[in-house]
Amino acid sequence: MNLYLKGARIVDPSDLTGETPVLIKTKALYDIYIRNGKIAFIAPQGKEPIPAAAKVIDLAGKIVTPGLIDMHTHLREPGEEYKETIATGCLAAVSGGFTAIACMPNTKPANDNKSVTEYILQKAQEAGLATVYPIGAISKGLQGEILAEFGDMKAAGIVAVTDDGRPVMNGELMRRALEYARNFDLPVISHCEDLTLCSGGVMNEGSVSTQLGLLGIPAVAEEVMIFREIRLANLTGGSVHIAHVSARSSVDLIRQAKASGINVTAETAPHYFSLTEEAVAGYDTNAKMNPPLRTTEDVAAVIEGLKDGTIDAIASDHAPHSTLEKDVEFNMAANGIVGLETILPLTLKLVHAGHLSLYEAIVKLSANPARILRIEVPSIQIGKKADLTIIDPDRKFIVDVHKFQSISKNSPFHGWELKGKAVMTIINGRIVFDDLD
Amino acid sequence: MKEKPFTIKHILDIAGLSPDQITYILDTAESFKEISTRSIKKVPTLRGKTVINLFFEPSTRTRASFEIAAKRLSADTLSISASTSSVVKGETLIDTARNLEAMQPDVIVLRHSLSGAPHLLSRHVRASVINAGDGAHEHPTQALLDLLTVREKKGEIKGLKLAIIGDIAHSRVAHSNILGFTKMGANVVVSGPATMIPPYIEKLGAKVTLSIKKALQGADVIMALRIQLERQNKLSFPSIREYATYFGLNTQHLALAASDAIVMHPGPVNRGVEISPEVADGPHSAILDQVTNGVAVRMALLYLLLGSESQ
Ligand SMILES: [Zn+2]
Repeated sequence: MNLYLKGARIVDPSDLTGETPVLIKTKALYDIYIRNGKIAFIAPQGKEPIPAAAKVIDLAGKIVTPGLIDMHTHLREPGEEYKETIATGCLAAVSGGFTAIACMPNTKPANDNKSVTEYILQKAQEAGLATVYPIGAISKGLQGEILAEFGDMKAAGIVAVTDDGRPVMNGELMRRALEYARNFDLPVISHCEDLTLCSGGVMNEGSVSTQLGLLGIPAVAEEVMIFREIRLANLTGGSVHIAHVSARSSVDLIRQAKASGINVTAETAPHYFSLTEEAVAGYDTNAKMNPPLRTTEDVAAVIEGLKDGTIDAIASDHAPHSTLEKDVEFNMAANGIVGLETILPLTLKLVHAGHLSLYEAIVKLSANPARILRIEVPSIQIGKKADLTIIDPDRKFIVDVHKFQSISKNSPFHGWELKGKAVMTIINGRIVFDDLD
Repeated sequence: MKEKPFTIKHILDIAGLSPDQITYILDTAESFKEISTRSIKKVPTLRGKTVINLFFEPSTRTRASFEIAAKRLSADTLSISASTSSVVKGETLIDTARNLEAMQPDVIVLRHSLSGAPHLLSRHVRASVINAGDGAHEHPTQALLDLLTVREKKGEIKGLKLAIIGDIAHSRVAHSNILGFTKMGANVVVSGPATMIPPYIEKLGAKVTLSIKKALQGADVIMALRIQLERQNKLSFPSIREYATYFGLNTQHLALAASDAIVMHPGPVNRGVEISPEVADGPHSAILDQVTNGVAVRMALLYLLLGSESQ
């Protein structure tokens, strides 16, 4: 069915580098006509007659943006479908306003060869919701010993490589990965954690860990690994992307590296700018994650990094776990939280607080992830595929994990009152999520 | 044969040879090729001279080539295989050299797993030293036989595009060929997994591209390098199969090169890995010509180091 989106504000940051025609219309209101899955015209409100047989959607007070992309999602299929499947993950994605997600390779078996890559793409196709971009493993079996077949996996459809979930402890392997990835133009995503500095740790090392009697993971475990990756990127000319930045001096290191022209990009996740280690109080396993939640200073530095562009992207690090893994002693609990359905509202919180403009927030949720993964930057232009996210910036709601589309409910944000959310997601001109009032 | 004094004592590397000297060696080798086609493949040129093949690293092909070359010139030859496992700080090499001196050799052909070993030896013996491959440094006689093969097939080397594909970092053949071919006016481009391309290789005169397709585009000469399966660091590439798919020379890759391109390989070939059987045995292959020319080049070198002085 053809759609007629009536009277919306458009926020389209796809022109950042000047390579695509500019369309930033934050003040004026526009009508967008979507025919056969593509954007047929964009006109000032009421200027063009509404084509016959179009479904008219009134978007007064809403914002239309290019489809959001989450570059760091853990789908648990194959292997742990009781936590999440590719289909339920895609459903959670579109419910959170995402038209595309990139999924991490730490499935069972790991996505370290093209058969698994093809399986993921097949399942995503069958789900028919968000576009799924598989990310391949750096090492076979995520064992950190032998390079996985980047060439074959790239031919099958991967957009990056990473051993995320674990760091690549062998420095030479990381060097070779950065080199070998250059042959196939793949970014290397690094989970930065020096395991020799965090053995046994289950939360941030600091006053709270001491109070709670839990073993701590110092921020330096992240920082030293980021330093190594930056130097290796400098040596090899490869592109390294630092996943889930959580600590103050991590942000400083990346800022300095960028200033000296090194090919490094970075992301953070909403929990690192929304929560501190205090959330662990009461041994809440929903606040157990890796890297761990850190201090107020770290949160401020992460926000500062987002503001000044040191941190390019915001990613969910959606990590579904069942109660089997979470309803246990803190030490035994799995790391991670679900995030696809809260990432946009938590990012909008930064906008409401004046830290980021709406435009900057959309850059970090759409254009920048696309650029880092070297996939097409979504944009609202005539002739383009209609992958759009419609946001109500003022909608107030209370986070209720029981309403999540994700199979897993492990979120520390349950019960939070937030303002602003995705109210409609359109993929290929088709409405795949509708919460418009 | 051209009457031109050839005043070099040792053949240690291509880096130390001038374009004129290289041309002179190739011209001499060309004239020696004829000897190998006679029914009695032997001339008395080096009668009474002694050539010692000192191989600290096994190489049946190179050693056989040097032996045949020496024998066709009537020199006495002696082959010594030794292990480098006991070599500490070059002491064994120098000890061996002192012992060899007692046998009054005229030429010592040295193959060694450590770069610079021939240079060290040349400072301790009266004989001429020919480097038959030292570590990841150079393999000058291989480059000379490659140059001869290309000159034969293409008429001249100047202006040709040579693509060297594979393990550039560990390859003395690549090093010698980059130096030799650029000296003679060819454009050399190297490609392969980025894990196998050493830093600053451009300083030797080669262009680097990570796209094997770009490297092969319009190439007149393609040189595939041997993957040292037994020695390969397992971090360099994920699997033989993936290497063969993306970096091996197959018919689709060959189609990108000039229509009359020739394909070379220093041997022994891992069929189906760095080069597909269709290409290794196909009409573009010059691999067997390389072997034939190897003997001629080594005869020329022995003659130039020894024979020409007595003329
Ligand atoms: Zn991670």
